[in-house]
Amino acid sequence: MANARRSLRSELGRVRGLGSAKEGVQHWWMQRITAIALVPLSLWFVAGIVFVIDVDRATAIQWLGSPLTLGLMSLFLIALIYHAVLGLQVVIEDYIHSHATKLVLLLLIQFAGFGLAAAGIIAMLLITIYGG
Amino acid sequence: MAELMLAAKDRPVEGKKFPAPAGAKRTRTFKIYRWDPDVGGNPRIDSYEVDLDACGPMVLDALIKIKNEVDSTLTFRRSCREGVCGSCAMNIDGTNDLACTKYIADVKGVVKIYPLPHMAVVKDLVPDLTQIWAQYALIEPWLKSDTAAPARERPQSPEERAKLDGLWECILCFCCSTSCPSYWWNGDRYLGPAVLLQAYRWIADSRDEATGDRLDNLEDPFRLYRCHTIMNCTKTCPKGLNPAKAIGEIKKLMVERR
Repeated sequence: MANARRSLRSELGRVRGLGSAKEGVQHWWMQRITAIALVPLSLWFVAGIVFVIDVDRATAIQWLGSPLTLGLMSLFLIALIYHAVLGLQVVIEDYIHSHATKLVLLLLIQFAGFGLAAAGIIAMLLITIYGG
Repeated sequence: MAELMLAAKDRPVEGKKFPAPAGAKRTRTFKIYRWDPDVGGNPRIDSYEVDLDACGPMVLDALIKIKNEVDSTLTFRRSCREGVCGSCAMNIDGTNDLACTKYIADVKGVVKIYPLPHMAVVKDLVPDLTQIWAQYALIEPWLKSDTAAPARERPQSPEERAKLDGLWECILCFCCSTSCPSYWWNGDRYLGPAVLLQAYRWIADSRDEATGDRLDNLEDPFRLYRCHTIMNCTKTCPKGLNPAKAIGEIKKLMVERR
């Protein structure tokens, strides 16, 4: 409100601002889709980890290197990281009001998300191809 | 960053005390937020002991009694005293409510009264609603139709009319918007539950022909999508309405028209 007082712009002009961005529905929809996808994928992931804990290294590598595990693990990583990036983006937009800080943090989480997903999928591919 | 604490100059300090008149048997203490722009300084919390035997049952009755008989400087908005005008919205006992429909008996112990949260204060219990009224104007809350006006009324079936139930009853007291953390942090860009419920009231109206334009105007990461379904709005609404559901319906339409 303090800024509004200093400016002579009308209140309606101020709240209309730059207009609506005509986006946001994609973000909202993907957040829901990844959440639904994560229900079965997380169950599969936890079951897989429980299985791997109790077996020797060779069996673990064999399980990790199977094409089915490669596929499901890639889907799990993409859904998980995509969901996390979308969620963190909302938190940052909610609480960070400095434009520069917000931009830097948004870029960081996007780069970190891409990096983590790429690292995970490449690691899985290496295990599948070279057997660990 | 979002501000989680009030600045030192905005923190309320203990103020004046007004004891009950001699001989009062059934008294209740009202602690009321006071701030006068002509005086400035920190806000005060003044204490008023009110004789309940000489006062009406509602919190607004006590406020009017204090203003009339004890301290005429106490400033607050009120008009209809029956829950239809929305003027006397304030934070009572930690919850946003209408002073005129809130029973004193429903509050345990000291009755604490503050202005609506996170709004600039004009004076005492009067918040500055300039921005929120401009946001209401932004959604263009009137019927829009390109079809030539009929000779008589614009017809609506009972089923179509029923879609407006739970929406038309909103009296724009802004208890909901000022209870919403998302509106606290981003009220300059997020429209808030009251204005979004009003927006949906026109989106849901079968006689309105501007539904698509209305949705266009709302499709924005801040205007609409700052709603995180916190539900404070629905919990606090003095009219028992469900702004969170109205916002959910808008989000559903956004997906439907993709």
